[in-house]
Amino acid sequence: MTIDAKGIYYRQLNERVREEIKKGAADVVLDNVNGQRYIADGLRGKARITINGVPGNDLAAFMDGPTLIVNGNAQDGVANTMNDGKIIINGNAGDVLGYGMRGGKLYIKGDVGYRVGIHMKGFKSQIPVIIAGGTAGDFFGEYMAGGLLVLLGIGRKKGEPIAGSYLGTGMHGGVMYVRGFVDPRDCGAEVGILEPNEEEMAELSAYLKEYCKDTGHDYDRLMKEKFIKIYPKSSRPYGRLYAY
Amino acid sequence: MDHWWEKDISGCGLSGIINWDGKRISGSVIRKSVALMHDRGNGQGGGFAAYGIYPEHKDHYALHIMFTEEPGKPTRDFEDAMKETEAYLDKALAVDLAEDIPVKVTEKIPSHPLLRRYFVKVKQGSRKGTAMTEDDYIVSVVMHINDRIDNAFVFSSGKNMGAFKGVGFPEDIADFFMLENYEGHTWTAHNRFPTNTQGWWGGAHPFTLLDWSIVHNGEISSYGINKRYLEMFGYKLALLTDTEVVTYVFDLLVRRQGLPISAACMAVAAPFWKDIDRMEEADREACEAIRMVYGPALLNGPFAILFGHGKGLIGMNDRIKLRPFVAATKGKTVYMASEESAIREICPDPKEVWAPRAGQPVAVEMGKGIVD
Repeated sequence: MTIDAKGIYYRQLNERVREEIKKGAADVVLDNVNGQRYIADGLRGKARITINGVPGNDLAAFMDGPTLIVNGNAQDGVANTMNDGKIIINGNAGDVLGYGMRGGKLYIKGDVGYRVGIHMKGFKSQIPVIIAGGTAGDFFGEYMAGGLLVLLGIGRKKGEPIAGSYLGTGMHGGVMYVRGFVDPRDCGAEVGILEPNEEEMAELSAYLKEYCKDTGHDYDRLMKEKFIKIYPKSSRPYGRLYAY
Repeated sequence: MDHWWEKDISGCGLSGIINWDGKRISGSVIRKSVALMHDRGNGQGGGFAAYGIYPEHKDHYALHIMFTEEPGKPTRDFEDAMKETEAYLDKALAVDLAEDIPVKVTEKIPSHPLLRRYFVKVKQGSRKGTAMTEDDYIVSVVMHINDRIDNAFVFSSGKNMGAFKGVGFPEDIADFFMLENYEGHTWTAHNRFPTNTQGWWGGAHPFTLLDWSIVHNGEISSYGINKRYLEMFGYKLALLTDTEVVTYVFDLLVRRQGLPISAACMAVAAPFWKDIDRMEEADREACEAIRMVYGPALLNGPFAILFGHGKGLIGMNDRIKLRPFVAATKGKTVYMASEESAIREICPDPKEVWAPRAGQPVAVEMGKGIVD
């Protein structure tokens, strides 16, 4: 099922996608997407949607199950409060990705912007995962409460930092892995930095194998560089803030 | 409570194009780009700045003046405001051409101010006994009209450039001013979603002075301190919108005090002290000096701005990137916008697309391209 999205307003496009899925389409391809907002928002089920072009803001907010493949860059606000499903972005993505994300996977081939993975949360089998291939801006994993956030730094220029300032500020749950070096001065006071142990590397590797298959990155090359683990030193960093 | 109430989700939209080789681009191009971001505004303001559009009058200052009502102020007959303004202009300047700005009334823009333009020069001897430059003199004329003549507002005053703005969606404002009939080497566009002040014709973006023009997405939380600082240098803040201060800050720092544009950008989006502490000594000293001398010029709060002038275009963000901003290049053209899709709408296949870092300006100069 292919829909030519050229010049179609977001509302009509999203109605069309929902109709087709309701009628039983398992595979929907959207060609010539450019800037249409809210694609796949709140969508349930197991459909697969391929987006050729640059989708607009708030892609896959509250999404609960489907698989999205974006052949292009994505803008801001992807996977806001996403619950389940998978998003593969074969390009770069903007700011505020995976805000309050509570399940599912968001795999970005290239760079990501500011405020990625803010307040992700996890509980038991609900583990949201974001893996970004390139670099990230400031506030990566700010107030992170659960889940897995991975930054690979592929293709960055010499001397370019892998992430910006305020990494993990207020982090109190979940875990981050960064392939390379992070200056502790750029991290929040609430995080610690360690070398991951074997068990942790095994868990990470499983995700990275899947990520590389999805995005076309070379797994073996990726694993030649060391990872660091960034973790919250306390599950309640502000528990005593107003209680002295 | 009505649970089906739909929130109007918006946040202002910007778009800019510059061909640094001087090739002129039709206004229909920028219209198409900003129209894609229709949903970032709410119809309470749209506007454009265009450079290189009046080559036949390139040595004249082009004054675009609107005669209109102002929120919270009594209104008189606009013809009277026009007569008073024209009598003042005839005395203060050499007016070589006065005409209506051509408009096409559409159902989208059903009512509008009286819109006039004047191609003027500074008369010999009018600055006698002062240290004013011609630019200073024009600024004093603009400030006089905006501050002293009720219901008259100069909305652009540069050479070979003009602003076109009003209450409406930007694509409708473009049709109203028939921007497809203009060609410029640099364009900026704004789609407004007013937050703190009400929409009115004078409050639409861009805000201009001489050939400076600013379109802005965000809020200048430091408006009060910036305003008081600028008033010390004789600027009159008459347009009831925070963005106005950005235009005058650049005029003060760059034109009047001679700072390089990069230093002015550093003053308005200064690095944090924690980052200054980590710099090499020479950079640290320069940053400290700029922060100390130009503290009141610092713009606090979220912003993305496009700042046009006759010789180039600059786009930049606040220091922690609280508003979206994307740039792209193709040949000798540089694009800047709130959303990548707005660039791709007019340039489907850019050579490079990137999201500039917080507080790091993208500066393009005519004849040179992107400069550091």
